[in-house]
Amino acid sequence: MKQGIGAEAIRGKGWLAAHRWLLARRVMQFAVLALFLAGPWFGYWIVKGNLTYSLTLGVLPLADPYVLLQSLAAGHSPARNALIGAAVVLIAYFVLGGRSYCAWVCPVNVVTDAAHWLRARLGVPDGAGISRSTRYWILAMTLAVAAFTGSMAWELVNPVSMLNRGILFGIGVGWTVIVAVFLLDVFVAERAWCGRLCPVGAFYSAIAIFSPLRVVAVARERCNDCADCYAVCPEPLVIKPALKGAARGVGPVILSPLCTNCGRCIDVCSKHVFAFGARFSKGVAYEHVHRDSAGHTGGAGAVAARVGTAGCARSADAAWRQH
Amino acid sequence: MTLVGAGLALHASQVRALPSQVIRAPGARAEPEFLAACLRCGMCVCDCPYHILELATLGQDIATGTPYFVARSRPCEMCVDIPCVKACPSGALDPELTDINQARMGLAILSDHETCLNFLGLRCEVCYRACPLSDKAITLEPQQNPRSLHAMFIPTVHSDQCTGCGKCEHACVLETAAIRVLPRRLTKGELGGHYRPDLPERIPEIAQ
Repeated sequence: MKQGIGAEAIRGKGWLAAHRWLLARRVMQFAVLALFLAGPWFGYWIVKGNLTYSLTLGVLPLADPYVLLQSLAAGHSPARNALIGAAVVLIAYFVLGGRSYCAWVCPVNVVTDAAHWLRARLGVPDGAGISRSTRYWILAMTLAVAAFTGSMAWELVNPVSMLNRGILFGIGVGWTVIVAVFLLDVFVAERAWCGRLCPVGAFYSAIAIFSPLRVVAVARERCNDCADCYAVCPEPLVIKPALKGAARGVGPVILSPLCTNCGRCIDVCSKHVFAFGARFSKGVAYEHVHRDSAGHTGGAGAVAARVGTAGCARSADAAWRQH
Repeated sequence: MTLVGAGLALHASQVRALPSQVIRAPGARAEPEFLAACLRCGMCVCDCPYHILELATLGQDIATGTPYFVARSRPCEMCVDIPCVKACPSGALDPELTDINQARMGLAILSDHETCLNFLGLRCEVCYRACPLSDKAITLEPQQNPRSLHAMFIPTVHSDQCTGCGKCEHACVLETAAIRVLPRRLTKGELGGHYRPDLPERIPEIAQ
């Protein structure tokens, strides 16, 4: 009998474990915002600025490399702090998987996730077929317009920087842009903004082509084809090669840079198929995963530790089933 | 996509013309350059100790997210350590500006001679007294008052000294200020190259 998405995982693992990464993401998203707000609201200046540039504890500069790229395209040579900040962010998101920004930090994610939920509740039929590669054309367009006009034209309307800045410094009528994004996602196309149009996500995916931190279908043999992971995934196309590629010799690592590392597939899988891992964890056998602890899908370190472990433990399977 | 880009470019060129009452922070580069450099991060706003600076929002005729102030509401206090410039990570506020008296945010102009109380023969002089560079950026120049025996003391702005902080406009006692700070491009004339204003002084020298 077909049940609600993730129902089987909730029954198997408990509600909390079946929402672990989702909850972690929400905590992270609001913690980032809280750090920024602690200054202007309560006078604790841990972080100054906003997501396009910030200074943490007076020493750590962080800058949005995409905004800086627009500035370069517009013909300005940014000063030292902005360059250092962008380098730090580039390195960090290269390691963490570029679009981790989208899933874990970007404030618009909360808006579009809410829109996605409402779209499903209302049963809005599939609408406009906006290609998922449109975002790369928009990315190119924003840089071309910056070069042509000599100003960061995209930043006049960019919903991503506008929402974060708006919360911290006042938004004016900028909220209409956020509402537009929400309505677009509810009524026009599924995941229209984050999954098809947003050039910020496109930029971060471009730096994630060789990112080491990835979601791995470590136990893909266990997949029972419930398709819950496809249903929750903001970029469903990224899962299939890793999950179903065993026969064709494709490794279990989700290599697509479009994956946002949100971890929702890990949450909703009742069979513990997915885990965070390293992109180099090729050929991880199912047996190895359940060798050390029955039913437990660990984090990156745990998976990395399992890589290359010899031997198998079929008996763990029984223990895992009972879990 | 081309259409969206063209629309964006058009919008970008429209906001490039700042409303005349909008003043950028000290050290701000010329507007086109500034719009290529400013990251819209709000660091200058965070570090402005008098909360003068604000970030523009969508719907204003100012590039979204860029810092500005309006002198009539709150003028620049001209901090000697210029924290806004120090906070700027991109160089949109020029780090070469280390002496606030060298800032050129705009230029004050006594735009209305008909309502200025000093032109009416009164000795208001509030703008002159509010000026942080009083007697340099604004001086009082005595003139004969044709309506009486008394003199008029005319507040006179000197463009080589005025920083454009807006203290004078903020202090003006009129309902609508008679002196105001405007972008330099709107106030300053430019002499043709063939004019030689120094010629009378140089005549003896040339004659020799």
